[in-house]
Amino acid sequence: MRRLWIGLTYIVFGLLLIVPVVRIAAGAWEEGWRGFAAGLTGPEALHALMMTGIIAVVVTLINTLFGVMLAVYLVRAKWLRPQLKRLLNSIVDLPFAVSPIIGGLMIVLLLGPETTLGALLGRMGVDIVYALPGMLIATLFVTFPLVIREVMPVLQEIGTQQEEAAHMLGAYPWTTFWRVTWPSIRWSVVYGVVLTVSRCLGEFGAVLVVSGNILFKTQTATTLVYQDVENFNLTEANSVALVLAAASIGLLLFMEWAKSRNSAGRHG
Amino acid sequence: MHVEVRGLNKKFGEFQAVTDVHFTIEKGQLIGLLGPSGGGKTSILRMLAGLEQPDSGDILFHGQRVNDLPPQERGIGFVFQNYALFKHMTVAENIAFGLQVKKWPKAKIKARVDELVELTGLAGFEKRYPHQLSGGQRQRVAFARALAPEPQLLLLDEPFAAIDAKIRHELRSWLREMIDRLGITSIFVTHDQDEAIEVADEIMIINKGRLEQKGTPWEIYKDPKTPFVASFIGESTVIENIASLRGFEDVSAWPGTRALIRPEYIEVGFKEDFTQLLSATEKGRVSHVHFRGSEWLVEVEVGENKLVTYRSLEKDVLREGDEVLVLVHRAYLFNDNDSWVMENKLKAGPIAFEI
Repeated sequence: MRRLWIGLTYIVFGLLLIVPVVRIAAGAWEEGWRGFAAGLTGPEALHALMMTGIIAVVVTLINTLFGVMLAVYLVRAKWLRPQLKRLLNSIVDLPFAVSPIIGGLMIVLLLGPETTLGALLGRMGVDIVYALPGMLIATLFVTFPLVIREVMPVLQEIGTQQEEAAHMLGAYPWTTFWRVTWPSIRWSVVYGVVLTVSRCLGEFGAVLVVSGNILFKTQTATTLVYQDVENFNLTEANSVALVLAAASIGLLLFMEWAKSRNSAGRHG
Repeated sequence: MHVEVRGLNKKFGEFQAVTDVHFTIEKGQLIGLLGPSGGGKTSILRMLAGLEQPDSGDILFHGQRVNDLPPQERGIGFVFQNYALFKHMTVAENIAFGLQVKKWPKAKIKARVDELVELTGLAGFEKRYPHQLSGGQRQRVAFARALAPEPQLLLLDEPFAAIDAKIRHELRSWLREMIDRLGITSIFVTHDQDEAIEVADEIMIINKGRLEQKGTPWEIYKDPKTPFVASFIGESTVIENIASLRGFEDVSAWPGTRALIRPEYIEVGFKEDFTQLLSATEKGRVSHVHFRGSEWLVEVEVGENKLVTYRSLEKDVLREGDEVLVLVHRAYLFNDNDSWVMENKLKAGPIAFEI
């Protein structure tokens, strides 16, 4: 009976995961290697991949830095009132509760070219909506909780005693963070980064609304695939999709390797 | 380091943890902060360390007010209850941490670490990580780490609470010896009376945020200043009507006075055991006996009073129901106004006289 269930599980997962990837690969190779290469190296594809790359790098850097800082403040700062902490905690979870499309819409409504702020910035030469900055903000919003939620539980678990011990030995907060806190949260930050990068690669709804999906200007890999499918340009769609899928699988494998390094470190 | 504390107060939310505490500690003394859990001992220790800020009051080291000095600059070694060792560093790195922060030259750091490893008996364990050590070893690393930067004051927060009983005894003597050798002023928090009595030069009894008494173990034992102190050390019995006991009839002159009688103040036995003081004894009946490992705990009923005493293993074993003679040597008496120790009047005897 158990073997039946195990077999069934494998079949379901096969259908959900493996078959689509195989199908995408097959679609990308429809016109052979040349078709695949052309699909990938066409100017729209290259630009879209570059946009995705830029967004992934910038958003991950910003969210890692501010995520770790905010996590430390929310867990450790004694001078923050508990009500304020609770409020900030709920705000951190907001992007999970809200649909990415709503997030994108929020940005358009707050910073679009018809709003005061948007118009002001526009006159200074900085376009927010329908340009890279808006896409960055949208992706920042959507991936904001990921690093924080990885780091906060670990900070709570390790407690303050080691840090207090470091203070008694003469270490000020910066030294204490680098030599005592960071080694404990290092791997959770890695997990958070991996999750953030994956999310950036796959972000669609918020970016679509904010960017307007303008070819050669604000198109990302995901919105390119979307457009290609609409226009029946399937080779290009499949090629880019395959690259995205490969990247995701690569990240997953990296995460598994990181986990094994972490457990090795713990029992080493 | 000469430590002085004046008028210390600390409130956590609605809870008054420490109320109006004053004390002075001479350089080189080993002081025990003793009291029940939640009494405020750890709060006082943490305020001395700078890990908590008092609501009011002054803390002075060598006569200088240090309230505004951060913990990093107070020159204090702190040993935490759960060791708080740096999990990602080896034993040697843990010990060296304080010295690296102070930017000592590498050679000097190595020399000091080797010295401390030798001192704490951890030779051979320098490259181990904390999770590879036993509880006693971890505690010794915590000591070594706290002592490395040559602090002037050593604070220990229930250092032996998480260690099993046998090792605890060894570590206690080791700590006493170590601190005597180094001559460093030390304050440790404990809720274990035996530990405080055995290790400390002086004990401060802290209860409900107040300092009840400060004195040598002997002073606290012989001359308790408050009922709490009298009852805290040892296993005393509370007697409501002390005047009903032979030799204490005079107490009825002070109505409302109750008594605490320590087990050590009571002697129990048969006629042969009491040669001189037979007239001061009265009849009692053994109601319970408990074996305590190193002695018997005997519960005796004298009239309407239940008394508790110890009995050596050398003497004949008493059994429940035995009729025995009971002598109460002295009692600690207290009422709303006063508290004092009173000897059994009949001990003086008709033959004794004063010159």
